[in-house]
Amino acid sequence: MRAEPKRDTAIPNTITIDGQEIPFSIGQTIMDAALAAGVYIPHLCHRPGLTPHGSCKLCTVSIEGRNVASHTADRRIQASSSVEIDSRSVSACTMPAMAGQQIRNNTPALNEVRKTITQMLFIEGNHLCPSCEKTGDCTLQAVAYHLGMLDGHFPQLSPRREVDASHGSVVLDRDRCILCELCVRASREVDGKNVFAISGRGIDAHLIVNSASGKLADSDLETGDMAAHICPVGAILIKEHGYEVPIGRRTFDLHRVSEIGLEPVILAKVRHTDE
Amino acid sequence: MKHKPAVNSSHAYSIDHECSIDQIRSVIAQNRSDHLLHILHALQQQLLHIPHRAVAEVASHLNLPVGQVESVVEFYSFFHNIPRGRYNILLSNCTSCGYMAGGKNLLQLLCQLLGVVAGRTRADGLVSVDQTSCVGMCDHGAAMLVNDRPIIRLDSGRIERIAALVNAAVPLEGWPEEWFDVDDNIRSSGLLLKDDLVAGDGLHAMIARGADATLDEITRSGLRGRGGAGFSTGMKWQFCREAPGDAHYVVCNADEGEPGTFKDRILLHSYADEVFEGMTVCARVIGSGQGLLYLRGEYRYLLPQLQAVLARRRELGLLGRNILGQPGFNFEIEIVVGAGAYICGEESALIESLEGKRGVPRNRPPFPVTHGYLGRPTVVNNVETFSAAAHIALRGSAWFSATGTGKSAGSKILSVSGDCAAPGIYEYPFGVTIQQVLEDCAAKDVQAVQVGGPSGTLIGKAEFGRKLGFEDLPTGGSFMVFGQERDLLAVAVNFAHFFAHESCGFCTPCRVGTTLLKNGVDKIAGGHGTHYDVDELKRLGALIKRRSHCGLGQTAANHLLDVIQRFPQVIEQRLAHSEFEPYFNLDAALEEARRITHRNDAAAHLE
Repeated sequence: MRAEPKRDTAIPNTITIDGQEIPFSIGQTIMDAALAAGVYIPHLCHRPGLTPHGSCKLCTVSIEGRNVASHTADRRIQASSSVEIDSRSVSACTMPAMAGQQIRNNTPALNEVRKTITQMLFIEGNHLCPSCEKTGDCTLQAVAYHLGMLDGHFPQLSPRREVDASHGSVVLDRDRCILCELCVRASREVDGKNVFAISGRGIDAHLIVNSASGKLADSDLETGDMAAHICPVGAILIKEHGYEVPIGRRTFDLHRVSEIGLEPVILAKVRHTDE
Repeated sequence: MKHKPAVNSSHAYSIDHECSIDQIRSVIAQNRSDHLLHILHALQQQLLHIPHRAVAEVASHLNLPVGQVESVVEFYSFFHNIPRGRYNILLSNCTSCGYMAGGKNLLQLLCQLLGVVAGRTRADGLVSVDQTSCVGMCDHGAAMLVNDRPIIRLDSGRIERIAALVNAAVPLEGWPEEWFDVDDNIRSSGLLLKDDLVAGDGLHAMIARGADATLDEITRSGLRGRGGAGFSTGMKWQFCREAPGDAHYVVCNADEGEPGTFKDRILLHSYADEVFEGMTVCARVIGSGQGLLYLRGEYRYLLPQLQAVLARRRELGLLGRNILGQPGFNFEIEIVVGAGAYICGEESALIESLEGKRGVPRNRPPFPVTHGYLGRPTVVNNVETFSAAAHIALRGSAWFSATGTGKSAGSKILSVSGDCAAPGIYEYPFGVTIQQVLEDCAAKDVQAVQVGGPSGTLIGKAEFGRKLGFEDLPTGGSFMVFGQERDLLAVAVNFAHFFAHESCGFCTPCRVGTTLLKNGVDKIAGGHGTHYDVDELKRLGALIKRRSHCGLGQTAANHLLDVIQRFPQVIEQRLAHSEFEPYFNLDAALEEARRITHRNDAAAHLE
């Protein structure tokens, strides 16, 4: 471990993750800084370029001590309200990087927490990897392998969820949706549309289509949209292009999920099959 | 009450499904507020549901995405997309004011008498009966809401009379008036409840002293947020005041949803001037022109009188333009009414709800003091906090800090309920012991006290010497007493169901975790739990507590972890004596078949 960061006026813009000093620029989150430095923090609902979301909680990291907020007022609030614990659990994708943060990321304890969260995501939906067209290209599956998840651990909730096959070239299978809202954000922020939203609450929260009938066919989703390709699981699939890449040559057959900068590879892969 | 029976034929149910577009448009057009929650409430009230085609109409009326309107309809408990009955009855399921409070299952009784299945509407469309989270009537026994109006002190006799009135289709105006009379039940009063503040006195004092000096007084008084988190009110106001923005907002959190809490009901009912005055003092300090009071849907019945208080304050020059003749001191207060969602008591979820969205807590930082309502600097304070601020503005910081303890200045208003002879409102100086409260409310043979509600702390006899305050046992005001006869495991089941029902569903640990906790404690209560299941609950509880997105998730496991730690025998005696029992239960799996075949006799069961 490195020595305590200097507390003078010239605090360098670095954070420390698992002992490694990492530079950051103002406005970056812990996740941004980590990815830029080639440090993998497991995540599912995060994608560089889209507004950070912080819902899957896979990127949970621990920050030692205090001094963890960005804005002056925020820092004062946190400093005076933080309870006396030696570390705080935060989402790396939403927490702004702050000079001097001491962060724990790749520890057995945190990976165990992440494994449990991944198990929760599996058992709350209906994930049948062997028969899923997305197998091998699925980030949820890849993260599960990465974390050494061997079973769902918890009893399956086996919810009843609707499939929407109304669209000519895109199918929405909610059984596999993990509510990461990547499609919601991609549609809004990249495609300039507003095709998806999350409705309901609690364990009944679900993805809806923003059209008068609620069906994909009546939305303005097109296969060229990022929202049609960004799904990390097999909830949104392009029709008539299944299994074009054989099992064994899929994204996570060839890459580890912990490789940084895979996002374009994953997108291109799907796009490739769509051409 | 504008209760309009939609149709008087027995085919109301099917006709409702076919609400004409003109009907929908006329409801939207007649509604005076443009707030999404208010328009949806008007539709719900007049058409008994929010028909699918109304979603698109509302969306185009407010220029919102269809998906946003639909997601709001599905998020809030009081909105429905299939018709409810013309008498829409919701029985509280709280441990203090719930349908089991008197020991008898009143929900079952009422359903039997009316020939209705809980959660569904009777075929003739006349009535629907369902349960809802705590309605804040815990000092008045079992309670219900019928078409937004509370009826208290329910027992078998009253339930029978209600069923008869419903079956005879007697309008609510013809029901006994005293059923709807909810009194304050103040048992002991201190700083805030003892003396009424004459409307305007706090404002006069503030103007005389100046806004800067008033902020100093608030800070020096040591006042901390009364919702439970206890952040310094003066500091919060100061941060907000310093935050740049083209508008600043004052928001009063009147979404008191913690089971067992009803103190805001009293403050809003009998001390509303103090609350509005506190908001106005805050507005002057932070430079705000607009205040919002977010009233929980369960307290909608208070709306007319709150509006009357606001109107009177406008007449007195205490609201509006140039308040008390001060040029440029302009402030208005609008009331937004929620629609059944505990999570909206979390300040950033409340702000989302104010903005007409699902009540999902935001990522923090940034905090509301810099990026709140509409992204502008916003102070969100509890009802009681604003009330205290009004008093401090008038009487000064020393008056306030003379009461209470070092870190917990002033008084705390407690909502005492459960197994005691004198439930009600008790205002104490901070630092009062649990034992003292128990003596005052005449509780005998107490087994445990739930301090701060299900999200708080469950303590047993050995800890009754502990003190209420931020140093020891913080509380938002809920104080639930459990006597020796009380089954604490049943209480845990109740609370676990509450959190699973109220989780917003945003983050994985809370969305899935609260359901797993519920299933786990159900299994133990059903006699199928083992030591393995208890260990699982502990592990899961710790994870949910540490890794959830907001305060709801971070406190949702407290009650269960407390029972396991402090009352292990309660769990132990219900465990099956085996290493492991599967969740799958053959008899339970036959439930659907029993329902379909309308059988529930012994031969239809395996055990």
